[in-house]
Amino acid sequence: MKAEEGLQTACGCMPGGTAGDMCGCASAEDTVTGCSCGSLCSDGRDGGEAGAEMDAVCMEGAVAGSFGSECEPDLDEADILDDDLLDERKGQVHRTGEGPLEMACNRESLAGAVSQRACVFCGSRVVLYPIADALHLVHGPIGCAVYTWDIRGALSSGPELHRLSFSTDLQEKDVIFGGEPKLTAALDELIDRHQPKAAFVYSTCIVGIIGDDLEAVCRKMTEKKGIPVIPVMSEGFKGNKREGYLAACKAMFRLVGTSGPLMEKDAEPAAVEPLTLNILGDFNLAGEIWIIREYFERMGLKVIANITGDGRIADIRRCNRAALNVVQCSGATMELAKMMKQEFGTPFMRVSYLGIEDMADSLYDIAEFFSKDDPEIMRRTQDLVRDELAKLMPELARYRKDLQGKRVAMYVGGSFKAFSLVKAFRHLGMQVVLVGSQTGTKEDYEELAAITDPGTVIVDDSNPLELSKFIKEKDVDLFVGGVKERPIAYKLGVGFCDHNHERKEALEGFVGMLNFAREIHASAMSPVWRFVPRRENKAATGGTED
Amino acid sequence: MSRVPYTSTTNACKLCTPLGATLVFKGIEGGVPFLHGSQGCATYMRRYIISHFREPMDIASSALGEKHAVYGGGPNLKKGLLNVMKKYAPKLIGVASTCLTETIGDDVHMILNEFRKEFGDLDLPEIVHCSTPSYMGTHMEGWHRAVRAIVDQMVTEKAEAHHTVNILPSLISPADIRHLKELCSAFGIGSVILPDISETLDGATKDEYEPIPTGGTPISAIHAMSGSAGTIEFGRTLAGNESGGTSLQKRFGVPCHQVGIPIGIRESDTFFAALEAVSGVSMPREVGLERGRLVDAMVDGHKYVFGKRAIVYGEEDLVIGLTSFLAEIGVKPVLVATGARNVNLEEHIRTVCGDVLTEMPEVHEGVDFHDIAERSAQLAPDLLVGHSKGYRYAREWNVPLVRVGFPVHDRFGGQRLLHIGYRGAQTLLDRIVNVILEKKQADSPVGYGYL
Repeated sequence: MKAEEGLQTACGCMPGGTAGDMCGCASAEDTVTGCSCGSLCSDGRDGGEAGAEMDAVCMEGAVAGSFGSECEPDLDEADILDDDLLDERKGQVHRTGEGPLEMACNRESLAGAVSQRACVFCGSRVVLYPIADALHLVHGPIGCAVYTWDIRGALSSGPELHRLSFSTDLQEKDVIFGGEPKLTAALDELIDRHQPKAAFVYSTCIVGIIGDDLEAVCRKMTEKKGIPVIPVMSEGFKGNKREGYLAACKAMFRLVGTSGPLMEKDAEPAAVEPLTLNILGDFNLAGEIWIIREYFERMGLKVIANITGDGRIADIRRCNRAALNVVQCSGATMELAKMMKQEFGTPFMRVSYLGIEDMADSLYDIAEFFSKDDPEIMRRTQDLVRDELAKLMPELARYRKDLQGKRVAMYVGGSFKAFSLVKAFRHLGMQVVLVGSQTGTKEDYEELAAITDPGTVIVDDSNPLELSKFIKEKDVDLFVGGVKERPIAYKLGVGFCDHNHERKEALEGFVGMLNFAREIHASAMSPVWRFVPRRENKAATGGTED
Repeated sequence: MSRVPYTSTTNACKLCTPLGATLVFKGIEGGVPFLHGSQGCATYMRRYIISHFREPMDIASSALGEKHAVYGGGPNLKKGLLNVMKKYAPKLIGVASTCLTETIGDDVHMILNEFRKEFGDLDLPEIVHCSTPSYMGTHMEGWHRAVRAIVDQMVTEKAEAHHTVNILPSLISPADIRHLKELCSAFGIGSVILPDISETLDGATKDEYEPIPTGGTPISAIHAMSGSAGTIEFGRTLAGNESGGTSLQKRFGVPCHQVGIPIGIRESDTFFAALEAVSGVSMPREVGLERGRLVDAMVDGHKYVFGKRAIVYGEEDLVIGLTSFLAEIGVKPVLVATGARNVNLEEHIRTVCGDVLTEMPEVHEGVDFHDIAERSAQLAPDLLVGHSKGYRYAREWNVPLVRVGFPVHDRFGGQRLLHIGYRGAQTLLDRIVNVILEKKQADSPVGYGYL
């Protein structure tokens, strides 16, 4: 396969069979090329749709792009809004198997609907945050910095500068007279104090309005301090999270292929090292990138740069030496991969480390890419997958016995994660009845419609009221989402799994699948649900519990 | 005393202004907080608040984009209000501005007047607004502004006199509010607690999801605050400022008793004296018994805590109450710090501690945790008292952190922490003594079974 096309080869068999089955494939007959299902089980080859293009959009992500249809204020419509869904939201809900999918996604959030989305700044902050030896200075009033202080479980094996929250804490007089002097002084002070390898300066709403020239301040500081000082154009109101991802990628790209103190691109680009790669779009939540790096090492590959989990400035600066970029969470970092392809010719490949099939497929795809340089790599990769699955599958089977038939709803940042989770839940014998994302694209939703069972509700940019309605309607046992979704689930007496940036459990890789199963099990099987009104009332009226 | 003169802020010891306003609006019956600004503000604050209360916290937003920032956010604000009305059927929408809309110069007052005219035929909810640019003040400033906005905009006529006390409790926990209600019952007086987050941010599991949780200060009770027998307003730093309490006093002659947040013996005594004055009832026996038990416990525990050096940080009025209490039990406050500015903290600390402490603690306004950490090297604290955000320092210095106030993001039950009244002081005392015993036990090679 051509790596840059990002295709996932797949065996075409649907996973989700009986518990004893090693990989959970239901029908080995469906096997097509890419894996033979005899060895498939130990192979763990993707059981999803054959050749399905994974336009992966990640945990917090979506592809960068311009706005789709914007919601123009249209006041007259308001009094004829439907009772259940706001009219303008109707185009953003679909049920699998019921008519053609026409998802009106990629809109601005609707005013007054309590969106679960954030802002441009949030997108940039999420992507750059894990770079552990950089100074991250938020130029704005205190809120933007304080709400993003150490909120994610992005671990570092060394420096932990990213876990501090730096702000210029703009005051009224700065807003009136301009914030540049304060920014300059703050940078001066913080760079001297912490000696970072680079500094990122995040622009916020207010800075966009008062018009501080971040570029100029940063350029002067770069010259003064001899380290890269880079503006991140992340004014909150200038779009949604995906604009923030793009701003972050642009900021990082300025570093790539530079070694001098003034951040000028090197005249002679470094030679590409064989059997090397960069990991893009993994944030090392709960140490996940270490799991993935270990797999790559066992395959015989060397990682040049983590982008951005456990990230280092020096690695990012020289990451154009890598032979391949593997991109998870393409919404967040795909733009960087594209820029590198254009500038340095680095090929890229989309991957996912969540769930069994996607994890194995990703490793195989990478092995295939490198097999021309290392003919043994595929064998080592097969060994790796087989060893991991041999450990994983018997344990999964135990959880599956309890979880069989339970109903799951998920609402995630981007649909990349949803794809992987839909498959992962099949391994646990669970039924996905609702799946939604903050920032999916039409292609993502088509893909979701293709891999989910008939009747599954698919939603874009949803809100608490809507989600709660579907939870009730589908009698959901367990909800997967982020911290903003948790109280909705709990208030209704529904189990919950945090699959967002604040999670403290590693959910990637084969071991991550086991952690995932354990967490799902711990919530779904708790005895507390029998006491919540939803179940109590059911029991009282003679309904069966589960 | 002002902070050490750094330009940059590291690990702030304050939150932004609109957050306080959203919490107030969440404590009104049928209330929906609404931020006029970009989408991110609402989402960030929601997750921050949810992580403490472990309850749904819906905050609507006018979700302004780039063109609204250029042409004005009025149309989006109006549209957002209509959508919230349709979807939530609220009794009140509390609109707080943000730095974005303040700076582009949206006149929210005018926009809302237009809205009321344009949609006068609809059954409009109460719409209250307050100005909360995040570059002015902290979340407590936002809190007080929202309370004052509700009083100014909703209490417009003199109500018939009734045997009720208005309590403006500042930011205290749902458990504190429930205790206040109990106390008012014990004094035989009705109460209007504004805001009342005791149920809206600490409610039961439900069969049906409630778009707006039950509870909150009833709208009708707010309208009738002008007829109450008196107002008790918590917060020494409010003295000399226009506040909800002074507004009721000035416009409707409702006597206003400004007291400190009643933490510890003397600040609680002052509060109960005010409650006696407003209710005309002297302290009920059960409350007196609680005071007696507290003093008894202070005696039992005094040696464990005597001379322990404490750093207290957080919201200005909370730290005043906490410091007052620590002084009473023999703990030695060595540093009292807040992120807020211009709140006369040093003077208030001297007032509440002057007759108990022989040596005043260092007092700093406008500090961040970098400043606090820098001072602590010399101060050698034995314990920290404050919210969760001091944890990384407590860990670094290997001293216990007694978690109080908001936010508590790394422990369970922050919404049920009790701080106020004799009972709250009792709870705090137990916790402080126990963290000291726990540390002593953990550090001891012997592993004493009796302490």
